[in-house]
Amino acid sequence: MARVAAKDPVATWPRFFADQASRCKDPALRAFYAAGLPDPTTPIRDVEMVALDFETTGMDVHRHAIVSVGMVPFTLDRIRPAAGHYWVVRPPRPLDEASIRFHRITHAEVETAPDLDTILDELLSLLAGKIVVVHYQGIERPFLDAAVLDRRGERCLFPVIDTMHLEALEVRRGWWTRLRTFFGAPPTSIRLADTRTRYGLPSYSAHHAKLDALATAELLQAQIACHHSAETALGDLWS
Amino acid sequence: MEAEVQEIREHLRRFPPFDRLESEWLDQIAASVEVAYYRDGTPIQNYGEPIDSLRYVRSGAVEVYRHNGELYNRLSEGDIFGQAGLLHKHRVRFPAKAIEDTLLYLIPGDVFDRLCNADDQFADFVELSGPRLKATVEQNERENDMMVTRVRRLLSRSPVMINEGATVREAAQMMTEHQVSAILLVVQTSADDDRAFSGQDRNYWRVTGILTDHDFRVRVLAAGGSADTRLADITHEKLVTIQSEESVYEAMLAMLRNNVHHLPVLHRRRPVGVVHLSDIVRYETHSSLYLVSNIYSQGSVKGLVRLMPDVRSAFLRLVEEGATAQMIGEAMSSIGRSLIRRLIELAEQELGPPPVPYCFMVNGSMARNDQTISTDQDNALILDDSFDPEQHDAWFKALAKRVSDGLDACGYPYCDGGIMATNDKWRQPLSVWRRYFEEWISEPDPERLLHSSIFFDLDPVYGEERFVEQLQDLVAQRASQSPLFLAAMARNALNRTPPLGFFRTFVMEQDGRHNNSINIKRRGTAPLVDVIRVHALAVGSRSQNSFDRLDDITRADTLPAGQADKLRYALEFLSMVRIRHQAHDLKHHHAPDNNIEPENVSDGERHNLKDAFQVLSNAQKFLRFRYPMPNR
Repeated sequence: MARVAAKDPVATWPRFFADQASRCKDPALRAFYAAGLPDPTTPIRDVEMVALDFETTGMDVHRHAIVSVGMVPFTLDRIRPAAGHYWVVRPPRPLDEASIRFHRITHAEVETAPDLDTILDELLSLLAGKIVVVHYQGIERPFLDAAVLDRRGERCLFPVIDTMHLEALEVRRGWWTRLRTFFGAPPTSIRLADTRTRYGLPSYSAHHAKLDALATAELLQAQIACHHSAETALGDLWS
Repeated sequence: MEAEVQEIREHLRRFPPFDRLESEWLDQIAASVEVAYYRDGTPIQNYGEPIDSLRYVRSGAVEVYRHNGELYNRLSEGDIFGQAGLLHKHRVRFPAKAIEDTLLYLIPGDVFDRLCNADDQFADFVELSGPRLKATVEQNERENDMMVTRVRRLLSRSPVMINEGATVREAAQMMTEHQVSAILLVVQTSADDDRAFSGQDRNYWRVTGILTDHDFRVRVLAAGGSADTRLADITHEKLVTIQSEESVYEAMLAMLRNNVHHLPVLHRRRPVGVVHLSDIVRYETHSSLYLVSNIYSQGSVKGLVRLMPDVRSAFLRLVEEGATAQMIGEAMSSIGRSLIRRLIELAEQELGPPPVPYCFMVNGSMARNDQTISTDQDNALILDDSFDPEQHDAWFKALAKRVSDGLDACGYPYCDGGIMATNDKWRQPLSVWRRYFEEWISEPDPERLLHSSIFFDLDPVYGEERFVEQLQDLVAQRASQSPLFLAAMARNALNRTPPLGFFRTFVMEQDGRHNNSINIKRRGTAPLVDVIRVHALAVGSRSQNSFDRLDDITRADTLPAGQADKLRYALEFLSMVRIRHQAHDLKHHHAPDNNIEPENVSDGERHNLKDAFQVLSNAQKFLRFRYPMPNR
């Protein structure tokens, strides 16, 4: 497609994957990259996706670590929570009290949990060939990249569909929003729970990685039904 | 268990049929659920498409249609659909569309199949209409002791019997010896007597009466009889008995109807015991039996009015004890009939004996024995043909007025349509009544029949019962032979249609419009009773009670298989909803009415109501087709 120019990130992702597949030494990572990506022109209805959610000890990728991982495979038609996975993992640094209250994951659970490294191969194999969907790309991708780099010495990067980003495009454009912002009205919340409400999705008792992954998958189905179509190209959605 | 499974499980278990499932099943279902989102206005399933899962509305709203595009149901949170397709070749039978942004949980077909096999209640719930209502109604019956316990269980000893040729003294001695309060009178007979049983002495005997402690006072001493009086000379004219296989409930009704406290129990023709009122009271704490005796001991209308709070509490207790609508209807009608009889007795005491024989007839719900707590009076007088208005009418007019005023004072308001014996038109000799019925049947004008259809439920309450029985015969013989009359009655039975069901806080009409409440009598029980009446008239049934009529219809085998049962379950269920609603009103000191607000209807009831309305709607369609207007 003419629109997919050389410097477009959309076009660079497949190239990056091909490059990494030949370069990586770690077998799991090599397999992950070798599985490749669907073509960016693929209609979203034909794309296999995985909603991914991490709970972390904080927002800073340099100081904080992953505590739990939830993932739910889905397509535009069906979300399959039963085929999903959930792991609690032990962060290299001890948990602080605040994050325990936030996640309801306790010291005891974390102490008996394995290091992320032990689940990494399985996690990568489950993500291979699929498109990862997250709500806010600032967490899952950088935290996973840092954790993999830390343990395997190689990069783990991939395109994501970010439901928060898609939502921002919808609610924060148009003259009305600009006018509201000009007069100092608070911007419309694009947090997961608030966004879901706008699509008539039920509220879940949040802050469990798998439940949030399910919630994210439902949200993407809703967003595509409302603002896009089953024919929308994958490349128009990922980033 | 993972959080999202927990979340799904917690939602499912709030709604039927999942609310009654065992927790292992809930876990399995929750762990197998898939999820799908449908935007407002998008189709979820189209007719004939393959379907592989049961759909559960997690949030949003869905409309389900018939194949012809007609609205079938509107569903919201916690409702399920798609079962019809899963049960029939895994093809969509009822197309569906999201009418709001909707999130569905999809329960895989194999889990659904296993669940249907493992859990009968679940299977009944998802089966179409009939079985679900049937299951609910039968469950209620099972849970009611009086319906299932057989009379014979109440018997502790075999009956004491005496030849009716013996004297009063001999009977008293025998009763004292055996310490019983009642003795059965027997007479020797021959083997070909259709009421004969063979005694231990190898002779044939027949039960002719019963003598109780009470009879010694009333029939012997008070009447000035001597100890040598023959038993045959003092016994009741009419012996009321019950079969040992009948339910305790039937025994209670027999006592209520006849105002007796002892009931001989027969196994076929052989007497096996006597039940006493107190035996039954042990089984049911409510006082409708005592209430009836109390009614007969009141000396004034004022006294009867004072009993009305007891009538209300008897009604409430029946409901609370889980009595069926049929039981409650019969009990309340018995109380109403006793009230009328007592009012007439009191009136006769003042007015003197009637100038000519007559029968006091009731119509409508009392004739059908399906009264509840708030019903107006419908009655009429049938007079002997020797009636001469100039000479006699003043007496009957006064009688009618006393009964009608008395009923009104007791909370049975005057009939708006003037169906009362106080109305000259409805206080006529038998020959005039015969003409009325002949005209209604042979020249059936739907418009005119509308006002007189209430007379096609008719039953005697006092006086010459044969007058009403003759009219019942006339109706039974003539109605079934007159297609024109049946067509007119059928047409009138279509005037009041049921709604489609409930949707959130609204009543949803067939065309999708909303209402805030529904009159369950006008839109449910009454049209159903109308439908049943037409079928009953067509088969020449003489029964007045709707359930009895359904038995007659079943025997006549004129309806498609299973139809009569569906009508029975629907009637029982709709009546019960109405009764419970009235009980609720009474308990909260509101005047009981028939208006049901959707917010007061539980999820389980909604499903059953929807089914019952569907049964009624289908029955009405069938009626139109079955009794067409003949071409003249």
